[in-house]
Amino acid sequence: MAKTHVTMTVNGEPAEGLVEPRTLLIHFIRENLSLTGAHIGCETSHCGACTVDLDGRSVKSCSMFAVQAQGAQITTIEGMAHADGTLHALQEGFRMMHGLQCGFCTPGMIMRAHRLLQENKTPTEDEIRFGIAGNLCRCTGYQNIVKAIQYAADKLNGVPHKEAAE
Amino acid sequence: MIPAPFTYHRPKSLAEATGLLVDLKDEARVVAGGQSLIPIMKLRLAAPDHLIDLAAIAELKGIARGATSITIGAMTTQAELINSSVLAESVPILRETALQIADPQVRYQGTLGGNVANGDPGNDMPAIMMCLDASYRLVGRAGARTVKARDFYLGTYVTALNAGEILTAIDIPVPPAGHGFAYAKLKRKIGDYATAAAGVVLTVSGGKIQTCAIALSNLADTAVAADAAAKAVIGTALDRTALSAAAQAARGVMAPAADARGTVEYRTDVGGTMVKRALQAAFARAKG
Repeated sequence: MAKTHVTMTVNGEPAEGLVEPRTLLIHFIRENLSLTGAHIGCETSHCGACTVDLDGRSVKSCSMFAVQAQGAQITTIEGMAHADGTLHALQEGFRMMHGLQCGFCTPGMIMRAHRLLQENKTPTEDEIRFGIAGNLCRCTGYQNIVKAIQYAADKLNGVPHKEAAE
Repeated sequence: MIPAPFTYHRPKSLAEATGLLVDLKDEARVVAGGQSLIPIMKLRLAAPDHLIDLAAIAELKGIARGATSITIGAMTTQAELINSSVLAESVPILRETALQIADPQVRYQGTLGGNVANGDPGNDMPAIMMCLDASYRLVGRAGARTVKARDFYLGTYVTALNAGEILTAIDIPVPPAGHGFAYAKLKRKIGDYATAAAGVVLTVSGGKIQTCAIALSNLADTAVAADAAAKAVIGTALDRTALSAAAQAARGVMAPAADARGTVEYRTDVGGTMVKRALQAAFARAKG
């Protein structure tokens, strides 16, 4: 099958490669770009571990072809920390609030929460839970994931965070 | 899971897309948001030789409010429906329903056109389009035609869409101001298809129901209108007798599959309950 040349911007850097049309975006990101932060979990568009930010939307990169992302602006978990290496507020939140156990779902959770907080800077607990409903944590550590996102929202809003980690 | 190989097409105009579809015949499929088609291609339950992506066709996008109707381009996403102030004001059942579809990531990609054109009885929007008496614009190389949502669904994955045609837009008559509406969906978890679901659009005057439309999702081999159930509540103040009669009448048109979501008896029973809940919620919201 003939390959297609695709170009996109990933974490602020130009990225390109030759792909078959059937190459899923997650495979392009992991295998062509060697960015293995976004994970392949269920491969059936249920788990959200492959979530990346694409042109201002959270997308499951296992349910999209790389050719469909031609020209797109993509952010993966590798693009979240600041240039000086300090953690993004969400990464810090997941660390401080014990928002992960095995960590497999974490890149997808953080990328989804990133877009959620762009759209709603002060989400309620219910809004956070509804907003991350497309991401599964099989350790079932949802309580602390919610707290981690609340921590990040407070930090991004410049509000002191009171809730302690469990 | 990697789909079978295919050739990718990204037409920039509708004419180009319908031309491709005619030339490539049965070997091609159009893809809208891809949230149903891409997963089944990964499972190789679908293996089209050509994929025609509608994403670059600007004329398939957008929400336009006319004097008496609203036209929604087929490639408008569920997230765009949810965020539309025009729809929130004029046809709020669309937002209520879209929020119950899948999950946020899928709603950013999944489109109204794909949802209604796919012919999956588990999709939520077909029943809503029946409640609203919406029409679908179908365009092929030979020209355009319009089919009512109520006449579109012929069987599971079988619709009135002919080979070579693309569903381009949905026309929705704007319901009267003050109408009541609800979509009651029972599901096992967020992201699941309905175990049973019912949509209701009604108007009330003097405390009594004047007009009513009811349609059901995932309770038959297609979305199905429950006209006898709607008739049972017209002229009433939705007392218990009317509610029970509506639920009973609606159960008469249900023929759900027995699957992991429940037995035929269970899904039929809760189907009636969804009709009652949707009626009660719609009645409470209606002004008049």
